Amino acid sequence: MKNSLYLLSFALVIFFASCETYPYQQGKILYTNFCENCHMADGTGLVGVIPPLAGADYLSKNGAAVPCIIRNGIKGEMTINGRTYNTEMVGIERLTEFEITNIINYIHTSWGNDLPIVEHLQVREWLLPCQKNTKPF
Amino acid sequence: MMKYLFVLLTALAIFQGCQNAVSSDELPMLGTPEVGPNGEEVPHTIPDFSFMDQDSQVVNNETFAGKAYVADFFFIACPTICPKTSKQMLRIHDKFKDEPRLELLGHTLAPKYDTVGALNRYAYNLGVSADKWHFVTGEQAAIYKMAPEYMSIALNDDEAPGGINHSGYLILVDKNRHIRSFCNGTEPEDVDRFMKDIEKLLNEK
Repeated sequence: MKNSLYLLSFALVIFFASCETYPYQQGKILYTNFCENCHMADGTGLVGVIPPLAGADYLSKNGAAVPCIIRNGIKGEMTINGRTYNTEMVGIERLTEFEITNIINYIHTSWGNDLPIVEHLQVREWLLPCQKNTKPF
Repeated sequence: MMKYLFVLLTALAIFQGCQNAVSSDELPMLGTPEVGPNGEEVPHTIPDFSFMDQDSQVVNNETFAGKAYVADFFFIACPTICPKTSKQMLRIHDKFKDEPRLELLGHTLAPKYDTVGALNRYAYNLGVSADKWHFVTGEQAAIYKMAPEYMSIALNDDEAPGGINHSGYLILVDKNRHIRSFCNGTEPEDVDRFMKDIEKLLNEK
């Protein structure tokens, strides 16, 4: 009994410590590691060269395409907020569905973005057309 | 208790000392000093170079005659630090856009891919012109040889992302070809300090 009480309080501490106030901590860390060099810590990109993620109309208009872009990259012209970009982005194939979901939710809730939270199962569905990597975890 | 106070005071004194050094009016001459023609010690001097910019114009030491410039090394397809350093170079560009005594010089480390045409598109996309910000290309060996002159690193390395290992430093060169300041081009706060150094240099007599 005493043991399980210890265990419970330990679990509670871990639970609260890991939650803190920001829910997309993993997304934030992954963003820093994989996206920030190009899209910048403030999501502004590099004018004319790398499109912004902060306030990007593409996210609300083409949200379903985003998971595949993160996984496989994208080549060719794309238009974001009326401006054309043509820099190749390399994909990050090692990311799992969960990780991609967390990155998207970090982007959706950062830098003034106020886009809906996406669910993991939704992302799985959006990844179907670009099924190179099927790792769920 | 006294002991702690002593340590604290010593730390404060050292800190104060550092601050004084930093806030001195004169920027230092950086790099390894060289021996001049009469055996005297002269500050490190950027040697002669000649490259071609995004408008197919020759860029050499004469291009910067009587001017200071900020130099860096990058390549367009660089997946790591280059977009960040380019962004900071752009900040410097925008801040000193109307200052005729300062120009910018970006050396590509991948001249095979970053041709005059590619650099021209890159500059166009950034919205900058060749009379202010020169993106130069040339013989790879000649470019790599310049990197250490600017206290920078440029090495081919298949292990590094993009195949090139390089530092993201921005280097301030004065009108006498001496290095006067540098910063880490991926750290906006360091670049703030660097831009103050640029102003300091421009105010030098």
